[in-house]
Amino acid sequence: MHRVLLTAPDDIDGWRASARQLATQGVDPADIVWQVGDAPDDLFGNIDLEQAATPAAFSVPRAFLDLAESAILHRDPQRFALLYALLVQLRARPGLMQDRADPLLRRVAALAKAVRRDIHKMRAFVRFREMKADGASRFVAWFEPDHHIVRANAGFFVRRFASMHWSILTPEISIHWDSQTLSEGPGAQRSDAPDGDPVEALWQGYYAAIFNPARLKTGAMLSEMPKKYWRNLPEAVLIPDLIAGAQAREAVMIARRPTLPKTQDDSAT
Amino acid sequence: MAQLTTRQKLEILADAAKYDASCASSGTTKRDSRGGKGIGSTEGMGICHAYAPDGRCISLLKILLTNSCIFDCHYCINRRSSDVRRARFTAREVVDLTLNFYRRNYIEGLFLSSGIIRSSDYTMEQMVEVARSLRQDHHFRGYIHLKTIPDADPALLHQAGLHADRLSINVELPTESGLKRLAPEKDGGRIEGAMRHLRSEIEDGQDARRKYKSAPRFAPAGQSTQMIIGADAADDRAIIARASSLYDRHRLRRVYYSAFSPIPSPSAVLPLRRPPLMREHRLYQSDWMIRFYGYDAGEIAAATDAATGCLPLDIDPKLAWALNHRATFPVDVNRAPREALLRVPGLGVRAVDRILLSRRHRRLRLDDVARLTTSIRKLRPFLIAADWRPLALADCADLRARLAPPAQQLDLFT
Repeated sequence: MHRVLLTAPDDIDGWRASARQLATQGVDPADIVWQVGDAPDDLFGNIDLEQAATPAAFSVPRAFLDLAESAILHRDPQRFALLYALLVQLRARPGLMQDRADPLLRRVAALAKAVRRDIHKMRAFVRFREMKADGASRFVAWFEPDHHIVRANAGFFVRRFASMHWSILTPEISIHWDSQTLSEGPGAQRSDAPDGDPVEALWQGYYAAIFNPARLKTGAMLSEMPKKYWRNLPEAVLIPDLIAGAQAREAVMIARRPTLPKTQDDSAT
Repeated sequence: MAQLTTRQKLEILADAAKYDASCASSGTTKRDSRGGKGIGSTEGMGICHAYAPDGRCISLLKILLTNSCIFDCHYCINRRSSDVRRARFTAREVVDLTLNFYRRNYIEGLFLSSGIIRSSDYTMEQMVEVARSLRQDHHFRGYIHLKTIPDADPALLHQAGLHADRLSINVELPTESGLKRLAPEKDGGRIEGAMRHLRSEIEDGQDARRKYKSAPRFAPAGQSTQMIIGADAADDRAIIARASSLYDRHRLRRVYYSAFSPIPSPSAVLPLRRPPLMREHRLYQSDWMIRFYGYDAGEIAAATDAATGCLPLDIDPKLAWALNHRATFPVDVNRAPREALLRVPGLGVRAVDRILLSRRHRRLRLDDVARLTTSIRKLRPFLIAADWRPLALADCADLRARLAPPAQQLDLFT
């Protein structure tokens, strides 16, 4: 039995180094325990990986690495083992990455897909609130991702909000940007983030006004913006009333008497 | 009249803008704000930052500069004879709103349109000023879409293209007769002339970029247009033919459809009932079939109903085409070329690509296909797999009934 200790739930480098070594040694996937953190439970005793001086090099397709980089961020505790099993199979069947009907590949691809969606939704649904102190502004957001994506997703916010000072607080980790450097801090709570921002009233006004009550399609909204996100979206508190009012508003429009075209002269411009 | 607050103006001018269907923020150049003093980025795929209960994505701050207008187009909520409340933003107010929303990660950028006040040139100048200020005064690197005014001075359109990612000009109605009746002050010839002009500016810009890396970009996300569906008598066949000819002649990125929907203060010339939203959806599906599935407009026309000229509402146009061309099926999932697989109802582009890769490694059985697609039920009659061969389609008189979704409860308003 081999035990691999990874430094963090998104420790792709640690996983890669260990997986490479184990695969070179031909270790069976069933004989490995993958564990995050430095406090191993003692179910199997502490059996560490034998350090091979120079692990033999072998290459894997780019497609595998891309998949692994995403899938490893999934919260499923099995992800490290599944990726290792896929790596072992891939060495026996080099074309495996193209065989999208393979059950193991499909399972890992599903993990990666869920992670990519989570990354995308974080980019979409983070909502910054401005905090002012000593004349300087900091934009702070509270977000609750499904998977271990925050560190991997930081680059997007750096590229987009490079000249701002901002923080994204999540239960597992916090990231901070001061227009020069990205730093990390421990997990936070919702109450650590500001509880409002005056611009949110404008945003809510916009959200309500851009909605077309004649085209109610709540299913389409829910599939892209599921309710689990609503509690951190300032505009979402409006949704129940907008839906309730929608059909009544359309009926009023239809019942209203039409107006006749005017000539150009009597229009105010 | 009392001064309107920013919020009141925003509500009026967003309400007036929502009949524009486009919210795309994709397909422009890749850029970010690292190492600069500005703000913003675009990374290829746009992001939908919220969804309204109408199911539509909110990606851009979509507003009018003003909803006052000297035109009187019957389908438009902002026509001069409409009794809606009027408002007007200054360029500065739009710039501030865009930046304030962007900094809080509400939006990808701005989609600015406007009613026409004083003159086309005056209005266009104001819109260009918003884009110029965002780009030059604030180094805004997010997405900008400007709705351009066909009659405006070409020099202004040129300025617009230097600042905006996308430009659009609405053809408004699918037919010339519809335009004459419902938008008597607009001129179809001038609209298409402006589109032709934009196409050549966009192509010149691309040419210049190929020769000189430092040449300015002109509307890197191209141009698009919109047609209103159901306000005039045009059938789907006419609409598809018009869209297809616009794509060909002006190299449009997208043709958007907007099902005419009841507006406050309607004109007496208009139908009071909206066309079913499903009609708009079917037209979008046919648009995808042309752009991604290798159908041409004539083939889509063959899927319309002979009497009404419209696509069926109860089944999608790809299935409708397949049912009208049963001899083409079933196709063998292990042998058929890509073009044939793309025509199988229920098989999307990604599923087809996965099938093509996977079948190099195994003879696909029905179970394998099921793993590569979302629903095997709809596919089965059209496919041959290693362990599956359907009855000849011609023998299934009830195929349409079996594949059409069950009838739904009647909509209150149709």
